[in-house]
Amino acid sequence: MDLSSALHLAIPELILAVSTLGILVYGALRGDKSAGTVAALCGVALIAAAFAAAFGGHGKVFNGSFIADGVALYAKVFIYIASAVIIVLGRGYFERLNNNRFEFPILVVLATLGMSMMVSAGDLIALYVGLELQSLSLYILAAFRRDDAKGSEAGLKYFVLGALSSGLLLYGASLVYGFTGSMNFDAIAAAAQANPQVGLIFGLVFVISGLAFKVSAAPFHMWTPDVYEGAPTPVVAFFAGAPKFAALVLLARTLNDGFAGLHDQWSQVMLALATLSFIVGGLGGLMQKDIKRLLAYSSIANMGYALLAMATGTAQGVQALLLFMVLYMIDTLGFFSVQMALSRKGVAVTKIDDLAGLSKINVKLTIVITVLCLSVLGMPPFSGFWGKFFVFGAALDAGYWGFAVAGLVASVIGAFYYLRIIKLMWFDGDKGEIDKSPFEAKWIAYAAAAFSFPVAMVALAWLYPLAANAVKSFGLN
Amino acid sequence: MSPVIPNLLSIITFLPLVGALAILGVKWASRKDDTAVIERNAKWIALWTTLATLALNVVLLAGFDRASTDYQFVEKVEWFSFLNYHMGVDGISVLFVALTALLMPLCILASWESVKTRVVEYMIAFLVLETLVIGVFTSLDLFLFYVFFEGGLVPMFLIIGIWGGKDRIYAAYKFFLYTLLGSVLMLAAMLYMVGVAGTSDIPTLSTFKFAAEAQPWLWFAFFASFAVKMPMWPVHTWLPDAHVQAPTAGSVMLAGILLKLGGYGFIRFNLPMFPLASEMFTPFVLTLSVIAIVVTSLIAFRQTDIKKLIAYSSVAHMGFVTMGIFAGNQAGVQGAVYQMISHGFISGALFLCVGVVYDRWHTREIAFYGGLTKLMPHFAFVFLLFTMANVGLPGTSGFVGEILTMTGLYQASTWAALVAALGVILSAMYALTLFKKVMYGEVTNEALKGHPDLSLREKIIFAPLIAGTLLLGIYPAFVFDFTTASVDAVVTTYRAVTGG
Repeated sequence: MDLSSALHLAIPELILAVSTLGILVYGALRGDKSAGTVAALCGVALIAAAFAAAFGGHGKVFNGSFIADGVALYAKVFIYIASAVIIVLGRGYFERLNNNRFEFPILVVLATLGMSMMVSAGDLIALYVGLELQSLSLYILAAFRRDDAKGSEAGLKYFVLGALSSGLLLYGASLVYGFTGSMNFDAIAAAAQANPQVGLIFGLVFVISGLAFKVSAAPFHMWTPDVYEGAPTPVVAFFAGAPKFAALVLLARTLNDGFAGLHDQWSQVMLALATLSFIVGGLGGLMQKDIKRLLAYSSIANMGYALLAMATGTAQGVQALLLFMVLYMIDTLGFFSVQMALSRKGVAVTKIDDLAGLSKINVKLTIVITVLCLSVLGMPPFSGFWGKFFVFGAALDAGYWGFAVAGLVASVIGAFYYLRIIKLMWFDGDKGEIDKSPFEAKWIAYAAAAFSFPVAMVALAWLYPLAANAVKSFGLN
Repeated sequence: MSPVIPNLLSIITFLPLVGALAILGVKWASRKDDTAVIERNAKWIALWTTLATLALNVVLLAGFDRASTDYQFVEKVEWFSFLNYHMGVDGISVLFVALTALLMPLCILASWESVKTRVVEYMIAFLVLETLVIGVFTSLDLFLFYVFFEGGLVPMFLIIGIWGGKDRIYAAYKFFLYTLLGSVLMLAAMLYMVGVAGTSDIPTLSTFKFAAEAQPWLWFAFFASFAVKMPMWPVHTWLPDAHVQAPTAGSVMLAGILLKLGGYGFIRFNLPMFPLASEMFTPFVLTLSVIAIVVTSLIAFRQTDIKKLIAYSSVAHMGFVTMGIFAGNQAGVQGAVYQMISHGFISGALFLCVGVVYDRWHTREIAFYGGLTKLMPHFAFVFLLFTMANVGLPGTSGFVGEILTMTGLYQASTWAALVAALGVILSAMYALTLFKKVMYGEVTNEALKGHPDLSLREKIIFAPLIAGTLLLGIYPAFVFDFTTASVDAVVTTYRAVTGG
């Protein structure tokens, strides 16, 4: 394939790369007063890229290291949209803090570009480059409030542990390369099929560990609660959704393309990670007092469900993963927007106890939180239920009985802490008026809740076949 | 099938939800400080919505072909994946829909004056609950059923938790987590069934033959969920707590309708879908039922709280229902359905009676009361009637249900029937003792004086329940006309597989 048609497939990435560089120069010349324009331009670039991805062609270019297929395009569209929403949220948030620097949207777009590369990666080099571009941008974003001690701590913690995990991943990749003689997933798959040596499986486990860190699956989850608590809320909203989706798609591709013949081996690792995650997430959330820490444990548990779908290695499993993650991203976006919408006398509401009696003060936001809680808890008819429905359906079809039942029981444990939020808001006495909610956070929260129910009931009729078509490119059965 | 109103079932199911949205709309449209007006509007909208639903139910019952065993008023629209929006009723479910529609306006009326805080939210919660409960009975798709079944937990959790008594939060949690744990197991079983059968259509699944070795597991998963809802001994402990703490109308909903979801589930799922397992587990269920009848009757006897006593008596009566269903014969299942309908009237009415005295004196302690016959003769009549119906006096609907389930059980297991018959005596013991302590004797407590007898509103609430209890007691064919064909179909297929 010649260069022009190869570049044609990479239009979304090209839009993002070229426009960020341009916008960066513009921002650097105009200084912080250009923050608004920069944010708007970045948003436009992301939406343009989302359109390009939605109507993009399929193919495998650059010697197989860049893949544009159904799964990649599906993931890209949603990742771009999620990032655009984050720019909106972050713009208002930092403006209110008088921390109005133009780098924020640019870093978000750079991270998105990294994720975009991740979901399209067809070999180990592209995988690593994409992952690092994303991670480096995220490290900076985590510490974006330099004057805030907790924020800097979060950034540092994330960086140190993230670097360690990148090291693990690289070590694993080098083992894989050493034992198969290739970086390319297809070649690795062929070599693994012909001669599955112990060293290769070692490498595989290290690669999985590195990626498990990025999606905060237990036992690689330690950074999550601290980083969630310390980092600025819009950044956490970003962490919780898009990068995890990208890392999961990347993991799905690595395992299903590169290590297709070793399903028996990696499915065990996946099941172990999944089970640990939903147990740790379910139990760990019980004792939390901080809303963001609670959401961190909730995300650990939810990653467990995603990994359970991944472990199946079937088309149904990958499809469940794609659906689950989109529904989950919308729920988490809603959760963090609500948190940004709540403050008392200018101080953000961070403690769960501070939500007490909210229904007497602001019924609309209370309903939003209730809906989102019930959705993440997996109550029908909210969207979170359908996500779990697909995941457990795939797991049972693959014969993972015990794991599915364990996951369901863990979700009952998790139900307890969401119920506590609902209980506080509806049953308890209130703690005084809250400030007027910022416009964008409030409306994004409303939209997320409205999506959860009833929009999802209709949207799924469209999303489901979309994901089913996307998965065809994986060639699984 | 009557084509008078197209999509009648969907309209009946979602009309209350529309009413709830209307209340919300009216609230947001009116001035913020007009609380009294907003609350009055909410009450009236809720009442009219439930009455309209009831009226549509009359149309539904009138248009229902009683001779047919098919599902009627069927609606089917493709959704996503293998799921369909599939609604329909047979002779069993149509009665439960009607029961729900009948009890609902009574619940609204019963809360008319007793609920004083957050009236708007209260009415919305009840209307949403009505939609969800009716949806359970009308859905013919496995997951549509699950959506409604599980969804009902949320409004009930809020009703107990916001408007309940002093231990409401503990009770609300217990109610929610118990039932959720049961339901997730059912969800796993449902997913497995769809994986094997390739469809989530309930009528198709009813005739699908699941592998004999899978049946016990599936059966147990469904059983876990329905047994908690029912509730059966020993997973009944959430019920007394939830009842005691729930507001009166909440208790009526809980006892009148929500408990029936379990029995309905057994008839709709366990019996036809897993007949082999049902037969295998029959001794197990009968044992639990008999224990429930005897043990909870004895527990009821020792209660000092009127509501708790009636709650335990509900558990005992539900024992008759499970017994009848798993007797697996015509009389048993027929009796179980009858008992559920009749219990919907009787227990609903008994909880309303408790509401009457609680509204006046704000205590449910039995010891506080005494000699009410002299003070409230009209109330004494109502309470006596429903006490007798609860005991199973011939001429009331309670008798028909009990005698039929006992007959059915006698054919299946003589011993179980013998022990269960004790329950009839025990129920007379605790119910009559309660009546004696509260109603008879001299008025020793001065605080009891100075409160009026039943108001017109309260009489209107009791009137349809009294009529229903007596009518069903004297002319049971009213129910049997509807249920016979469908029950026959269930029992025949069950017997064909198990060969009894």
